[in-house]
Amino acid sequence: MADKTSANSYWAANIRIITVSLVIWFVCSFGLGILLRPALSGIHVGGADLGFWFAQNGSIYVFLVLIFVYAKMMNKVDRDHGVEE
Amino acid sequence: MDQFTLNLLVIGASFALYFGIAFWARASSTAEFYAAGQGVGPVVNGMATAADWMSAASFISMAGLIAFGGYNNSVFLMGWTGGYVLLALLLAPYLRKFGKFTVPEFVGDRFYSTSARMVAVVCLLVISITYVIGQMVGVGVTFARFLEVSTTTGLLIGSAVVFAYAVFGGMKGITYTQVAQYIVLIIAYTIPAIFISLNLTGHFLPQLGFIGGYAPTGGETYFLDKLDQVVTDLGFTAYTADTTNMFNMFLVTMSLMIGTAGLPHVIIRFFTVPKVSDARLSAGWALVFIALLYTVAPAVGSMARLNITTTFWPGAIDGETFSKPALSIAEIDSNPELSWIRNWEKTGLLAFTDKNGDGMIQYFNEPKAVADANKAVADATKALTEAAADADKAPLEAAVAAATAARDAALGEAMLGGQSLAAQGIVGNELTTVNNDIMVLANPEIAKLPGWVIALVAAGGLAAALSTAAGLLLAISSAISHDLIKGALRPDISEKSELLAARISMAFAIALATWLGLNPPGFAAQVVALAFGLAAATIFPVLMMGIFSTKVGKEGAIAGMIVGLLATSIYIFMYLGWFFVPGTNWLPNTPDAHWFGISPAAFGPVGALLNFATAYIVSTMFKAPPREVQELIQSIRVPKGAGKAVAH
Repeated sequence: MADKTSANSYWAANIRIITVSLVIWFVCSFGLGILLRPALSGIHVGGADLGFWFAQNGSIYVFLVLIFVYAKMMNKVDRDHGVEE
Repeated sequence: MDQFTLNLLVIGASFALYFGIAFWARASSTAEFYAAGQGVGPVVNGMATAADWMSAASFISMAGLIAFGGYNNSVFLMGWTGGYVLLALLLAPYLRKFGKFTVPEFVGDRFYSTSARMVAVVCLLVISITYVIGQMVGVGVTFARFLEVSTTTGLLIGSAVVFAYAVFGGMKGITYTQVAQYIVLIIAYTIPAIFISLNLTGHFLPQLGFIGGYAPTGGETYFLDKLDQVVTDLGFTAYTADTTNMFNMFLVTMSLMIGTAGLPHVIIRFFTVPKVSDARLSAGWALVFIALLYTVAPAVGSMARLNITTTFWPGAIDGETFSKPALSIAEIDSNPELSWIRNWEKTGLLAFTDKNGDGMIQYFNEPKAVADANKAVADATKALTEAAADADKAPLEAAVAAATAARDAALGEAMLGGQSLAAQGIVGNELTTVNNDIMVLANPEIAKLPGWVIALVAAGGLAAALSTAAGLLLAISSAISHDLIKGALRPDISEKSELLAARISMAFAIALATWLGLNPPGFAAQVVALAFGLAAATIFPVLMMGIFSTKVGKEGAIAGMIVGLLATSIYIFMYLGWFFVPGTNWLPNTPDAHWFGISPAAFGPVGALLNFATAYIVSTMFKAPPREVQELIQSIRVPKGAGKAVAH
């Protein structure tokens, strides 16, 4: 039974991290890059406005950081719950 | 040494490398043939995934798409990278834990049904076969351009090369060749980009040059502002202009993202790593290697576009667009630095005609009124010249005169550089074709780089097309030999016979892809929209539900996949023609005719929602998945215990 509880809390922790990551994923691409571009047109990154830069370059950098942070956090969660390989 | 010999040497050397690797990495078991023996490290797998993923379209066409589509076509940049976040978080680690060889195999086990597995096989085959056509065409075109052979010969050479390493090497051979192909293609893409960025902006990194100052005017004007000014002077939409349809842009991006995460040939790459944690990490490394090209692509596209525009309007470089006359034909033929224009004219990717006979090529965005009027004149003139000798010519001549008068009126109203077209003696845009692909293929010549860089771009284009083709062919052949033959028709087949069946399926898949490459249905761009839409609407949802739901059973999964498959393909066929046969579409492919303004390329997420909804509703009417399936779900959710893959 203890095993099952542990598995459940492991999965819940995983879902929490996934949810937060997907919110960031959504905000930096669909949010800043598309939906909020008109509202943020006053802010500039060099020669580009913020939304344009996120759509053509910035979102990709965020995606990269997101995956590596997720991989690192999950390694810790794996160990904490004793389910690492 | 002439350019042809250089191309031959560089391409020949790259092929020798691929063959050498393939011989060294021969597959000796089904585990090696399907999943490279699960011994590929996360960084190496990331590099192989990047080559697997980046196709002829990414390498040759994407920069041009962005150059001419501007901000609107950012959908490709976000869509084709954001999918890796979904892969890393939602699919790759769990499918690696499951630890078998193919995507349909997971569907079959998780939904305890051979029928579900077969529906997944059908989806996989439709997606991968449509996708592979574009790659084969890309191989043929690149060969034809750089090795001066016909497209057909080029395609046949490409097929022979893939045959040599895919049939014998399987996933193992393909993986290590893809690593080599990645290195070739990324060097070929980045070198011209760095030079062009140094030229135009003084920045070594194209990513910084792109948002930096424009060098020829001392860096006081931003490069992007300069580009916007030059293209709007010529009547084009500004590069950074806002989208006209935010909702559609949102959906296309979503379709490309979830489509990427649902492409079987990408997913199976994550079966090759030793551990679950490696699968997560490997998606990150794949994106690192993909980002090296994708963050450079908008810089390449926008800079090449400015270069090509200022070539035709030399005044635009350091002053106003119209401060000097347009490029003259005499200059094109006498200036050796412009020899690329005639070279590319031969391939048909670039075309110009001196319509007004002033010896110069005026390049601008022809207003629709002028374009329509010019077409009316051409049609009337054609009718007159084709009329029978004894026919009454008077009404036809009158029609030509009327059309010409209407055209002259349109020219009097259309403005270019503050004067009407009529006042300048211009009758229309004279640079009649600028193909998207030229932005990458001709880039080294436009930027005046040495011959070996041009040869490298040729080898890079071939590497991109061949590596993706090989990955797709493996997905197709393993679905046939492992899911269809071993999974359904002959479950008692021995390991040795299955390996033979896998090699024969591979040979068969290559033959089919070659034939389709020689006789492509419709054109490649439409076909790719179908592949992404279907991956988004079928494979992605069924895998998600397989991992994250304990309630969805076989009935729901099968119904969901079928609804997603049918809804998406019918929506696309409605606008693009049934099976892409031109003229068989029910509705015109225009924004007004689209359902809620959703273009066919944007339908993927709608198909996915229909799939999810159908699966959940149908599942409430049937029994929940049995106990052993519940245990399977619990087991794939935790990394512990991931071992070597087992062949049942």
